[in-house]
Amino acid sequence: MDLLEFARGPALKVSVGIFCLGVVWRIAAVAGLRIRRELSPARTSVLRYVGDGLVAIGSRSWPHPEFIKRTGAGEALGYSYHLGLFTIILLYGPHIALLDSLFGFTWPCLPSSLITGIAVVTLTLFVGVLFRRVTSPVIRMLSNFDDYFTWFITMSVLVTGLATSAHLGARYETLLAIHILSVDALLVWFPFGKLMHAFYIFPSRAINGAILARKGAPS
Amino acid sequence: MLGRNGVSRRGFIKFCTASASAMALPAWMGAAMAEQLRNAPRPSVVYLSFQECTGCFESFTRSFSPTIENLMFDVISLDYDDTLMAAAGSAAEAALATAMKDHYGKYVLIVDGSIPTGAGGAYCTAGGRSADMTLRAAAEGAAVILAVGTCAAFGGIPFANPNPTDAWPVSAIVAGKPIINVSGCPPIPEVITGTLLQYVTTGKLPDLDENLRPKAFFGNTIHDRCYRRPFYDEGKFAKSFDDEGARNGWCLYELGCKGPTTYNACATVKWNSGTSFPIESGHGCLGCSEPDFWDKGSFYAAQSGADWNKAGETSPREVLELAGGTATVGAVLGIGAAGVGRHRQHQSELDAAERHAAYKD
Repeated sequence: MDLLEFARGPALKVSVGIFCLGVVWRIAAVAGLRIRRELSPARTSVLRYVGDGLVAIGSRSWPHPEFIKRTGAGEALGYSYHLGLFTIILLYGPHIALLDSLFGFTWPCLPSSLITGIAVVTLTLFVGVLFRRVTSPVIRMLSNFDDYFTWFITMSVLVTGLATSAHLGARYETLLAIHILSVDALLVWFPFGKLMHAFYIFPSRAINGAILARKGAPS
Repeated sequence: MLGRNGVSRRGFIKFCTASASAMALPAWMGAAMAEQLRNAPRPSVVYLSFQECTGCFESFTRSFSPTIENLMFDVISLDYDDTLMAAAGSAAEAALATAMKDHYGKYVLIVDGSIPTGAGGAYCTAGGRSADMTLRAAAEGAAVILAVGTCAAFGGIPFANPNPTDAWPVSAIVAGKPIINVSGCPPIPEVITGTLLQYVTTGKLPDLDENLRPKAFFGNTIHDRCYRRPFYDEGKFAKSFDDEGARNGWCLYELGCKGPTTYNACATVKWNSGTSFPIESGHGCLGCSEPDFWDKGSFYAAQSGADWNKAGETSPREVLELAGGTATVGAVLGIGAAGVGRHRQHQSELDAAERHAAYKD
């Protein structure tokens, strides 16, 4: 068994298993917690504050006009690289081939050269994100190992992917194996680090929005 | 001699130049080759066939530049080849012994096929000797060994799991001799003859890659030189062998083409006098010139795809089973963790109530 077979075979299988186990574990562990009983009476109907909770998913995902000058650039940076990552993952031919092999369906892809361009831009934005994290005193103080390691592991997937598509530095099979291994590592780390925000972010915004709306402070 | 054989000076120079060009050698090598071939005695070549299908030899005979006739009558002295020679039995064995004795230390040994060592070597014998014994004896006096075909170079199909004959490539049996691997199942005819010609004219080993293959022929991947590469770059892939993409000649990556990981000259030298190569005929590369190509999963699974089962593929059912199993374990762990969390929440509320009561008191 060579490195590529190992990466696509047992390593990928184990990492997908750990990913599924970890994600369900973390979601169940949080969903199973008791929401603190509110002693004050609700300021609005159940239907209204649940609806406001859903609205909060959108309204809290956009900078408040009052803070837009201070946080707008950071949010734009964040949204841009997320968009880049999703485009690369979902619209690159070899990635679609992987997803097809796992789920049994396929869809059209973007030209590889366009994906390469998007990857370079995303990579640059990613460096910008790190720069912002280390230069902003507040964000630096709020950052811990989890933030930096999550950045590193996502960055390594991007860098190895770019090297693979451009055939840079080593043979294609070696680069592809290293790239898939970096994805395997990301899948293993996913449920236990900040990447888990992918599953938590929208439910947590909805629940916080609903709680606040119940107290009479709709988003 | 060339004139007597109906070969003009111009034709001879053209042949040398074409051979040099096929090996990506500099232009002056054509003239150097011609000079060397004109003056040098024809080197002795011994061709041994072991556990093989004769496909490699069939390929060898279909070389168009140089042709096997050119080689045999003008360039080399093919002193032993049990497929081609008229002699048989003890006469053939005597020819082999004579070639090995008379040209000891100088002859080129071409080996075709893997060497089975199981059952005391009984799976492949000739003249009462096993392939293993014959190879060791012949290798001793060889100047260089050309392992022709993936079986001789890397073990090939006989070496593939479960390897019932305990077959091995030449490099696993012979030590201390220069070996050039000319892999492929079969190798491209011009790659066999070109490598042989390069050695007999220069007397030097060509630049070799880490798998001991001549870089001139195995330096690039099929994918790098493939005429369908622009479609890969444009993201145009055939999704099945009879869809519009396939009819338009789009990239076969998603249909399992092994071009990106296969180092060979198929896309440039091509086959049948440069007519075409497998991808040009509509089928993906099988990666036949790479070690263990038979055991590297399905020929029809994309290289970026998952490889989870014995067929070298995976299926949504397998993914569902894995996800279902691990998610169930995750749910049990999660519910347990939530139970512990609730207990802590409860304890924390009790503590807060106690502190509150104490404060009130």
